[in-house]
Amino acid sequence: MAEKKHRTGTVSRRGFLKALGVGSAGALVPAAPALAAQERVPAPSDGELATLLDLSKCIGCGACVEACRESNADKFPEPVKPFSEMLPSRRAKPEDWSDLRDVDDRLTPYNWLFLQNAQVEYRGESFDINIPRRCMHCQNPPCANMCPFGAANKQVNGLTRISPNLCMGGAKCRTVCPWHIPQRQSGVGLYRHLMPRLAGNGVMYKCDRCYQLLDKGELPACIAVCPENVQTIGPRAEIVARAKALAEEMNGFVYGLEENGGTNTLYVSPVPFGLIDQAIDKDSGPGADKKLRAADKAKALGPGRPPMGPVKDVMADETNLATAAFIAPVAGIAAGVLGLGSKLLNTGEDGHED
Amino acid sequence: MKTRPYPAWISRLFIFLVAALSFTGLTQMPLAKRYALTTIPGMAWTGDFYLVHKIHYVLGAMLLFLAALAAVNWLKGWGRTLRLTGLGAARVAVVGGLLLSGLLRVYRNLPGVTLDPAYILTIEWAHLILFMVLGVLALVALMRGVSAYAVRK
Repeated sequence: MAEKKHRTGTVSRRGFLKALGVGSAGALVPAAPALAAQERVPAPSDGELATLLDLSKCIGCGACVEACRESNADKFPEPVKPFSEMLPSRRAKPEDWSDLRDVDDRLTPYNWLFLQNAQVEYRGESFDINIPRRCMHCQNPPCANMCPFGAANKQVNGLTRISPNLCMGGAKCRTVCPWHIPQRQSGVGLYRHLMPRLAGNGVMYKCDRCYQLLDKGELPACIAVCPENVQTIGPRAEIVARAKALAEEMNGFVYGLEENGGTNTLYVSPVPFGLIDQAIDKDSGPGADKKLRAADKAKALGPGRPPMGPVKDVMADETNLATAAFIAPVAGIAAGVLGLGSKLLNTGEDGHED
Repeated sequence: MKTRPYPAWISRLFIFLVAALSFTGLTQMPLAKRYALTTIPGMAWTGDFYLVHKIHYVLGAMLLFLAALAAVNWLKGWGRTLRLTGLGAARVAVVGGLLLSGLLRVYRNLPGVTLDPAYILTIEWAHLILFMVLGVLALVALMRGVSAYAVRK
């Protein structure tokens, strides 16, 4: 069966850099109090940036993986060892990647981007798809919404960051993330100075879309270094339009428009993502653990090796319940005005002791 | 011990809601699995972050209803016959802050809203600190035997 590598019309990186300049101008303006709440309308003026990854172009060279490491090297953890013994020790085990810094076939605290590979047969053709995987930068990120300490946050320019100074390493963000993206390193962070035995277990790390470069109007390292121009970045509305147009052009598919209610990382592929999701069980990149490959395929994906299947909007129920929370005080006021309170007081148990 | 001039069920509902909100709020932190709460029969649900979060929302809505009802009635007439105690007034202020910061958190979690991270941090830590202050005040009121928020004038 002939192997086919889809090539679509290349889009100038310079053109996207220009678009980025337009988008980042808005992102760089510090949010004034009055503008603090911004509607996430995908329009260039709102400054929310998204990236598009054209999987038909990726040759799996790994340049993005290397560039990511170099660009973010000064953010990587330097844990203090030995780790404090945590309680209860049976349940609170340290996670240490500091001696495995070279691991590049999964996400780790030292590897925020890795390549998955999927050999897929589709419509009688064989496709060799390489997939750079990192944080999806959700439009409504559960890792940020659910973090009890405000350590994870989505910025107004559409990227989600975890503050290493605030993170306690409880790994809740990894649990609630549909792709289980953030990875933990023990022996570093705030918990060491608060309650090293009882609370926390390190700091969570993941792609922050090279905010230090974006803040200067520069491209994230993985985008800038790519020899195949796989990735583009720009105002979300433009990126969504491009993704849809590209998918139509190659008669392909888009991942990230519906997943978890929409993400700021969009993948376009010539083959269905369901097939990719099945195939990446078999091989998670060039350096994939052989034993793992032979193991239960379903277990090959998980924390550190994100799946690519459909993901429902995990915060949808909260969004619905929010209506109840906003209506509740209004209903309480209405009930009070209608006389519920005076009735209550009149039937009160005077002298009730507690 | 001071007497409560308002119905007992309001006190009981308020105490239940605050206790349940405290529990579901604390379990927003990743404690349940680490400290084996999930292994206690019937408590496995405490390890489900999403479920606990939703319960917190529902309980929060109920407390908002109760607080709004009480506030309106205070303005309508309770205020003429009742007087907030000192500790009562302090706890009313703290509960008000908790409700406000809680509502802001609900707002922040809406899919169409992105607040500046500095505001998020302020809201989250205000919610957490006020919760702890309420705990201290409740304990002091209980120990002094003046747990009623209001007494007859």
